[in-house]
Formats: sequence, C-alpha cells, structure tokens
Amino acid sequence: MALAFTRRHIGALLASTVFAGAFVTPALAADPIKIGLVTALSGQSALAGEAISRGMTIAIDEINAKGGLLGGRKLELVRRDDEGNPAKGVTAARELIFREQVAVLFGGLDTPVSMAIVPLVNAEKTPFMGPWAAGTGITKNDGKPNFAFRVSAVDEIVNVGMLDYAQATFKATKPGMILVNNPWGESNEIGLKAALAAKGMSAVGIEKFEGNDVDVVPQLTRLRSSGADVLFMVGNVGPSAQVVKSLDRMGWKVPIVSHWGPAGGRFTELAGPNGKDVHFVQTYSFFGNQSETGKRVIASLMAKYPSIKGVDDITPAVGVANAYDGVHLSALAIAAAGSTDGDAVRQGFYKIDKYEGLIKTYEKPFAPGVHDALQAKDYVWAQFIADRILPVAK
Amino acid sequence: MLLMSALVSGLGLGSMYGLMALGFYVTYAVSGTVNFAQGSSMMLGAVLTFAFTRTLGWPAPVGIFCALAICALYGLVVEFIAVRPFASRGSDSWLMATVALGIVLDNLVMFTFGKEPRNLPSPLAQAPLEIAGVNLGIYPLQALIPVVGIALAGGLYLLSVRTRWGKAMLAVAQNSAAARLMGIPIRPTVSFAFALSTLLAGIAGVLIAPLVNVNSDMGTLFGLKAFAVAILGGIGNPWGVMLAGLFFGVSEGIVTVTLGSGYTQIITFSLVILALALRPNGIFGRAEVKKL
Repeated sequence: MALAFTRRHIGALLASTVFAGAFVTPALAADPIKIGLVTALSGQSALAGEAISRGMTIAIDEINAKGGLLGGRKLELVRRDDEGNPAKGVTAARELIFREQVAVLFGGLDTPVSMAIVPLVNAEKTPFMGPWAAGTGITKNDGKPNFAFRVSAVDEIVNVGMLDYAQATFKATKPGMILVNNPWGESNEIGLKAALAAKGMSAVGIEKFEGNDVDVVPQLTRLRSSGADVLFMVGNVGPSAQVVKSLDRMGWKVPIVSHWGPAGGRFTELAGPNGKDVHFVQTYSFFGNQSETGKRVIASLMAKYPSIKGVDDITPAVGVANAYDGVHLSALAIAAAGSTDGDAVRQGFYKIDKYEGLIKTYEKPFAPGVHDALQAKDYVWAQFIADRILPVAK
Repeated sequence: MLLMSALVSGLGLGSMYGLMALGFYVTYAVSGTVNFAQGSSMMLGAVLTFAFTRTLGWPAPVGIFCALAICALYGLVVEFIAVRPFASRGSDSWLMATVALGIVLDNLVMFTFGKEPRNLPSPLAQAPLEIAGVNLGIYPLQALIPVVGIALAGGLYLLSVRTRWGKAMLAVAQNSAAARLMGIPIRPTVSFAFALSTLLAGIAGVLIAPLVNVNSDMGTLFGLKAFAVAILGGIGNPWGVMLAGLFFGVSEGIVTVTLGSGYTQIITFSLVILALALRPNGIFGRAEVKKL
C-alpha cells in the first residue's frame, strides 16, 4: 500500500511541479521592478522630498503606460523618510536594498545623507541615482566599481559657475564665503577655493554657520570687515533665510550668489523681502517656453496632483525635473542591461545612447569616470520674483 | 566696531538662552527636578502663536495669551506624567521621561503643524534698530528680550522672597516633609512650578519665533544651550541664570568675530567646562548646605 502510494504520488508530484513551474515563471516575470527612494519626507526638506517623489511618479507612470520594462514588468516606487539624517538614511537604504531588493536606489536633497549611503551601494552593487544632492564626492567616490550616478548639479561645477556669475553680474573681485557647517558646506568650500585659485584669486573670508543658528551677524561682520564685495552662500532653505535676515539687521547690502538651497521651500516667506535679491543656481525652470516633454510633464503633474493648478505650484522645480529625467535614464539602463542585476544595470548606464529628456537631450550621458549627466552649460541662474523662481540668466 | 557688534548681537542671543534657562531654575528650586525637554515647551509656544495668529487669524494678544495658557497647562501634564510618578518613588527616571515626552510633543507638532518651517512676522522684527543714525545690527525685538528676561528674573526673585507662594515654594525646596506639616500643599506647589517653567519657555518661544524659523525641532539646540547656561549660572539662582545666559551669548559673539565661526562651539563650551571646574556649583551658585 505504501509502495503504491509512493509511486503514484511521485509521478503526480513531478507532474505538478512541472505544471506549477509553467505558471510560476510568468508570475515572476510580472513582478514589479522596485525603484527605491530615500529622501527627507519630513522636516525642513520635506517639500524637496515631495518634489522628487512627484517627478519620479510621473516618469514611472509614463514607463508603465508603455508596458513597463523587461517584458512587461511594471515599475513601482518604494519611499522611505531619512528625515535629513545620515544614520536614518543608511538604515532606510539597507532596508530597501536587502528587503525590497530595489533595482535602483534614488537619493534625496541632503548631501550628508547621500554621502553616507554611497559606500553601502558600492559594497552591495546597487545602482544609486542622485536627483538632487550636489556634493562632489557623491559621484566622485572611491568605489571600484562606482555605482553612484547623478542627474543634478555638481558642487565643483556649480562653484565655477558661481564665480563666473559673480564676476559677470556684480564685477566681484573680493568674494567671501558663508557656508553651512556640514559635508555639503565642506564640499563647496573645496570647490570654491579651487575655482578661485584657477583664476589666481582667493576668498577674503570663509565663515561657517550651523543649521539652527539664530544670528549669523558675527560671521557676516567678519566678512564685511574683510572687505567682501560678494557673498557665496551655501545652505538649505532655513539656514539661508537666517543669513539673509542677519544681513538685513546689519543693513549690509551685498550681492549674494548662492547654491540652490533657497529653492527648497518657502524661502521668501522665511527670509523676508530681501530674499528676492539672492541669485541661485537651478537645473530647470517650468516657466518660459517649454519643449514637448516639458508641456507633457506639466499636464501630467496637473492631472495627477490636484494641488498643482499651474507651473507656480511645481516647486521646487529642480527636484521634479531631475527626478523625472533620472527615472527615465535609469529605465534605459535597466532595459540595456536586460535584467535588474546591479552590475549589469551599472554598465547599462554606460550604454545609454540618446534620450530626449525634460532638462535636455542627453547624448551618451554616462561613461566610466563620467557619472554626472548635467554639466555647467545646463545650469540656469534664477531669483525669486513675486514669490516665483524665475530664470534670470543661463 | 567688530567687538561692539559682537556685544550687541551676543546680548540679544544670550538673553534668549537666559530666558529659557529660568524655566530650569523654577522647577529645580522647588522640586530638585527639571523638564529636560524645555526646548520643546519653547517650540510649543512659538508654534501655537503661529497657529492662532496666522492660521486662524486671531488678534495677536488673544493668540499669544491662549498659546501661553496652553504652555502652562502642558507644564502640569509634564509634572503629572513624566516627573511625579518617578520622583515620588525616589527614582531619577524623570530625566528620561521628560526627554521622551518632549520627543512625543515634537512629533505630534510635526504631524499637526506640518513639516515645513514657517515665518512668524512681528512689527518689532521688521527694520534694524538705530541710535543716532548708527545701525546696531539687531531688531527692536532683540533689545526687548533682555529687558523681559531681566524683568522676569527680578519678578521670580521677588516672588520667592516677598510672597506667601514664593515662601511656600522655598519651604518645599528646603524640607518638603516639614512644609507639609506646616500645611503647605506640596503637590500643587510643585505643579505650579512646572506650569511656571513651561510658561517661561513659552514666553521665550513667542519672543524668539519672529527671529527664527518656526518648526517642530526649533527648540532642540536652544534647550541644550539653555541647560548649559542654567548649570553655568548656578541653577538655584535666577539672577545667576540670566547673567550666565548673557555671558554665554556674548562669548559666542566675541569668539566668532575674533577667531572665526569654526572655533565658536569649541571655545564657548570649553569656557563652560573651565568655569564649572573653578566653580562647581555654577558662577553664581552656592553649595547646598547639608545638616548632619
């Protein structure tokens, strides 16, 4: 009896295994490809995290509407909040890599968080896409191979642009620096010193401030006494607003050429009326003439998010635009790789030939040693005019 | 000119620390305990003022009064759930409980108030103060804060030596068992002290809010520095606490303008350590007399 049972059922078991396998394989093929995002979804940078999320979502919707990737697999966005804290960012990144098994991990606004995540993605061979944080070391890291890519500004390139803009616009000869005291500030200090040295110049003063400083007057007083005729400012929205308020208290009208920190939130509300005088770098503006891609993205954002009534509400624009192009480029890399294997996707980025994106038409945007898709000529200079971020120079 | 700017700016900043630190003094003087999350109480005052006056559009006096009343009520809650259950059993766990309650409050505010920092405008923080055509580099509000702080320190001193309430508080601090036998209600006195403490933090929040960005974590660094100031001044002396705040703020300003901002925290906190090494009970504090 037992023997008869065994023979009969072994046959049935083999048959059922083959039968089941026939169904299991297509089910796996239909599994979504997860795209991770670790960014600030709370705290001072929350608006930036939301902008990145929106740009990614629109791009993912477009790709899914065209049938997805790798034979019909849809993309799925998985988000985690890093609260702007590097330790929390690394914990969230671990979870997304090991548990969610994301194919590509996107970072957020804060350079310190991305700098903390990069060693992890290099060790775990998970491609990383930076849609905002501009720290030079994020893409220029020690990874061999390097899994970090970026569609955003890069400090060392922005720093050259800041000096060029200050000289051209304000005839500046004696620049001073007021930098947030964190790795992002350090990255810019190095970049600005290099940019100045390349022109045989040096800063008349370099001052640091903490993210929660109430009063930056002492630091600014030193810069004024050293004769600074322009200030290079690096800091996120809140701290940058404190610098502008402190300048207002001192009654010191000095041109400010800033990295893009002020674009990340309610800068003009926080900084007061003088916030409009700050000139800062952007990678994209939804104002003015738009390409077909631009028109399509604006329409999609307005359809998807009821709070977006027009381009005024697409803010911060750089977060939306960089993330949108970052997802499309990542999708092309996955398609070129033919799988979600981390190293194959990394090499897939190098195989991207041409992509007509939102910010520009990318032609061979990545290569070994070139992990930044945007260059100096892609940047836009902007100011807050009537509470809108408007481009004032290319 | 550099030093004058540092002095003026430091006095404004230091008076904010001092004002916060007075809240530590009030509860310590009565119960030997403090609300370590005093920074969260300050944040509550600022956020509620914003919510009442900007979001709901109430007149400023009404909004500020309601915000401060809620801050005082919050002090009762702190004492009731984060201090009394532990202090009454001789445990020091109120240290962690007050910190934990502050974190809970910070997160509740983040969920309800929102994630973005906001600006609370004030007519006293629009244009810098000028005397004889010389710009002092501060808003009128910054000049008002030391005045309010010193007035409150004086008021607390008078409360403690001239009123029955104050004498009751001192009696509870010196010998709670004897005070109880004399008919002094111990628990209401301690509760009152905590309400007064969070009220002071709330006042600091209302005054500071127009100078900073209002958000759920605005009180964290302030609370830390205010505690350092309270210890530095001698936590049992209201004048000492206020003067230590001014000393700390001016030190920050002078170090920054003379040596640069990279040295500010290193030198000011080193000065705190040095001062406490020379005067373990604080610059203006006195060692507790223990009768054997």
